[in-house]
Amino acid sequence: MLGRLTWNAIPFDQPIPLITSLVILLIIGAVLGWITVKHHWSYLWNEWITSTDHKRIGVMYVALALVMLVRGFSDAIMMRAQQMLAVGQSQGYLPPEHYDQIFTAHGTIMIFFMAMPFIIGLMNFVVPLQLGVRDVAFPTMNNVSFWLTASGALLVNLSLFIGEFARTGWLAYPPLSESHFSPGVGVDYYLVALQISGVGTVLTAVNFVTTILKTRAPGMSYMRMPVFTWTTLAANLLILAAFPVLTATLGLLMLDRYLGFHFFTNDGGGNSMLYMNLIWVWGHPEVYILALPAFGIYSEVASTFSGKPLFGYRSMVFATLAICIISFCVWLHHFFTMGAGADVNAVFGIASMIIAVPTGVKIFNWLFTMYGGRVRFTVPMYYLIGFMLTFTIGGLTGVLLAIPPVDFLVHNSLFLVAHFHNVIIGAVVFGVMAGYTYWFPKAFGFTLDERLGKIIFWCWFIGFYLAFMPLYVLGFYGATRRMQHIPDPTWQPLLDVAMVGAVLILAAIVLTVWQLVYSIYTRERRLDLTGDPWDGRTLEWLTLSPPPHFNFAVLPDVHGEEPYWTRKQTALREEKLIEEPHYEPIEMPLNTPTGVIVAFFASLTGFAVIWYIWWLAILGLIGAFAVLVWYSWRDEHEHIIPAEEVARLERERRRIRSEQIPTWPRPV
Amino acid sequence: MRRLGAALLIVPASGCNRGILDPAGPVAAAEKTILINSTAIMLAIIIPTMIATIAVAWWFRAGNKKAKYRPDWEYSGAVELVVWSIPALTVILLGGIAWIGAHDLDPYKPLASKAKPVNVQVVSLDWKWLFIYPDQGIATVNQLVVPAGVPVHYSLTSATVWNAFFIPQLGSMIYTMPRMTTQLNLLADKPGVFDGLSSQYSGAGFSGMRFKVHAVPPQQFATWAQGARGQGKALDQNAYDQLVKPSSYVKPMIYGAVAPGLFEAIVAGEAPAPTAPQTTPPRMHVSPAPPASADSQPAPGA
Repeated sequence: MLGRLTWNAIPFDQPIPLITSLVILLIIGAVLGWITVKHHWSYLWNEWITSTDHKRIGVMYVALALVMLVRGFSDAIMMRAQQMLAVGQSQGYLPPEHYDQIFTAHGTIMIFFMAMPFIIGLMNFVVPLQLGVRDVAFPTMNNVSFWLTASGALLVNLSLFIGEFARTGWLAYPPLSESHFSPGVGVDYYLVALQISGVGTVLTAVNFVTTILKTRAPGMSYMRMPVFTWTTLAANLLILAAFPVLTATLGLLMLDRYLGFHFFTNDGGGNSMLYMNLIWVWGHPEVYILALPAFGIYSEVASTFSGKPLFGYRSMVFATLAICIISFCVWLHHFFTMGAGADVNAVFGIASMIIAVPTGVKIFNWLFTMYGGRVRFTVPMYYLIGFMLTFTIGGLTGVLLAIPPVDFLVHNSLFLVAHFHNVIIGAVVFGVMAGYTYWFPKAFGFTLDERLGKIIFWCWFIGFYLAFMPLYVLGFYGATRRMQHIPDPTWQPLLDVAMVGAVLILAAIVLTVWQLVYSIYTRERRLDLTGDPWDGRTLEWLTLSPPPHFNFAVLPDVHGEEPYWTRKQTALREEKLIEEPHYEPIEMPLNTPTGVIVAFFASLTGFAVIWYIWWLAILGLIGAFAVLVWYSWRDEHEHIIPAEEVARLERERRRIRSEQIPTWPRPV
Repeated sequence: MRRLGAALLIVPASGCNRGILDPAGPVAAAEKTILINSTAIMLAIIIPTMIATIAVAWWFRAGNKKAKYRPDWEYSGAVELVVWSIPALTVILLGGIAWIGAHDLDPYKPLASKAKPVNVQVVSLDWKWLFIYPDQGIATVNQLVVPAGVPVHYSLTSATVWNAFFIPQLGSMIYTMPRMTTQLNLLADKPGVFDGLSSQYSGAGFSGMRFKVHAVPPQQFATWAQGARGQGKALDQNAYDQLVKPSSYVKPMIYGAVAPGLFEAIVAGEAPAPTAPQTTPPRMHVSPAPPASADSQPAPGA
């Protein structure tokens, strides 16, 4: 009846997961109770859970990412503590079977359920606004994508309470991840969660590629799109090409584990090398799926806060597309030590280095964007400069790792761990933090507290250096990754410094939560009434903060690369707004519970597959299919916002703008 | 099974182990040189870039009246040419280093030496290392004894999941993979004791998968192998069955005889497969013994 699920699955004998589980259940219970007592359910259901508004979905993605950041970081600080304590004669406080789950969960959660949702959330919120349109191409599918991602996150976190998580490392290399060596449910949790969220991610890519290629405001030609939109397009093309490879690879491993196939097993003619190739054919582009949109955020930030157009726009677009293509030609650098031979290693090494060229160009172009500008040192600008300094170091160590003979010394070492955290924290985390701060007022109508924002930046920045520079050195000393026990007592001081860095990053995360709470309570002081708090240049700053459901009363006419900036300067010169247009009724998509119900059934099926509860798996599949059929046969697709309502909202916006004109900075 | 032979002199343990920064052989030394040179080349670009970033951001700060505001300066062909050229030229230079280095330091390439290489067959097990000396007819566990100044040719495989064989001070790590063989050529310049480890995570006992490498003068190596041969336990079917059982932090062992063709049988998948090291929940309890400190490990000749 319940497959492999028994009471043994609950970790009664393990205090750490048990207490964590209980605390999390208490928190969830308290939140649900609060929602019930305050009668917020209908608001949540109607305005958020079933919303097809790209802005609401974007905010939900970012909220999911922030929660997962807390989870993933808890794993990180536990690892740092274990390595600091388990030196020499001591074994620390985490036995291997627990420690191994923690580093696997850390990597899986941070990449798939923190970085990806954060980036996709920002794309969701910003891209339709930057394109000057009302929503993404497929609003319901967008909602489904989000809830499938949430379903994957739910399953990964469920493994903490029921059963166990994989102990294989975040890419689940076979044969270790085969049922012979990992017979438990941990790897199944990993596989099923990633398959479900992977579907969501591919649907997102379909949605964004379509949106950017097919639905742009009149006059918004490709070479007039903001760079963030360009990088979003590039990242989604990468998702579209790479994620199906991940799905297939994990699918083959599932066939091995569930049906006794022999794709990657030691016996029966399997070959685990195949998995390494396939997983990195996805894995290397994945790095750029995260990094390219972050580069896009930096481009927007650099331009806005330098008061200049982005320097070398065409160069930036070309560099983005170059990275997009080359990133598919370098996967083998993740296993130079497989013994592939000098020619193969050299070719892939050089291909990897070539990526440094367009990336270097981007750094210089941001530098020249600031050159001749009027740089305002706001929080996003701090992140940009912090990124430019940090990322060059990450680039240096990356190119070192691309040289096969150097990789032979530092592959799999803490040097490697330091390198990829250097690029992922230095580029992606700093980038999403900059984007979060930059677009927050657009989403909520008030800015985040600036002083706290700067403290958070310094905690991240110094915390990163303290946490990871020692790891570079330890890598030189021959320290390899994923060690539950540290053999050499002379490494202790460096591990202690790394722990101090982790504590600073903890402070950054705690303060980020506090900044949100504090900013909400004191929002009256920092309201953004204009819709343009940063003197922005792209179309998202044209509309109100927060934007109306339909974003733009009339789709903006685009003439040139910086349509909003040009329009603003004209208004300032002529002391008046453009002629009032003729308002028409707007059709907007209806809310739909499709996403959340499909994800509910997907979660059931996923859980059932993990525990071999086959009747439930079939029930879940039927349920999900039935919902999609029901949705496809719906009669009503849209609701109409009457022209009078559009006119009322837009006149309000124009009134605010007209009042603002005299106070705004004049063009020089 | 007996502790490593008593016929050798004590090899002084190196006092301060600084891993790859302290190379003890030509492979590690050449790789370290490439590491240092490449870093220097790139620092020549990135340090000025970092300084320029801070300087430009600060000089062009909004409050600086002396800085000239050029709101429309958004393109310059000359600047673009320079910004594409700088990283491109750097990468051409480093690409050359990578190409030459990858060929010179190909782990499969025999090392130039007058001495005839010693053959060692390496098998990663859960979670220890088996070293078979096919020409000497002996085998050791978690202790590698090699002649200094003589190239050693390693053939490597795994009887379990993937691992990576790595002696930081001698250079070049390489994967050990089940049902496959990889090759590695290393040489220790001088006698000494070095750390060896697995640098590819392989499961619960992974952290305890460390060994000591004793590089000894060639004459001592010969004496040691002679003395070990025929002594103590033999690595026959029975002993191998015992050996493949999962264990970690395993003390060094020596076998005075080895079943012929054992390595080939392991590669062919004909040797007994290791039992599953990780069982279903309720969770497995590996209880690694607190590792003995480096000094208390028996050295050849201790």
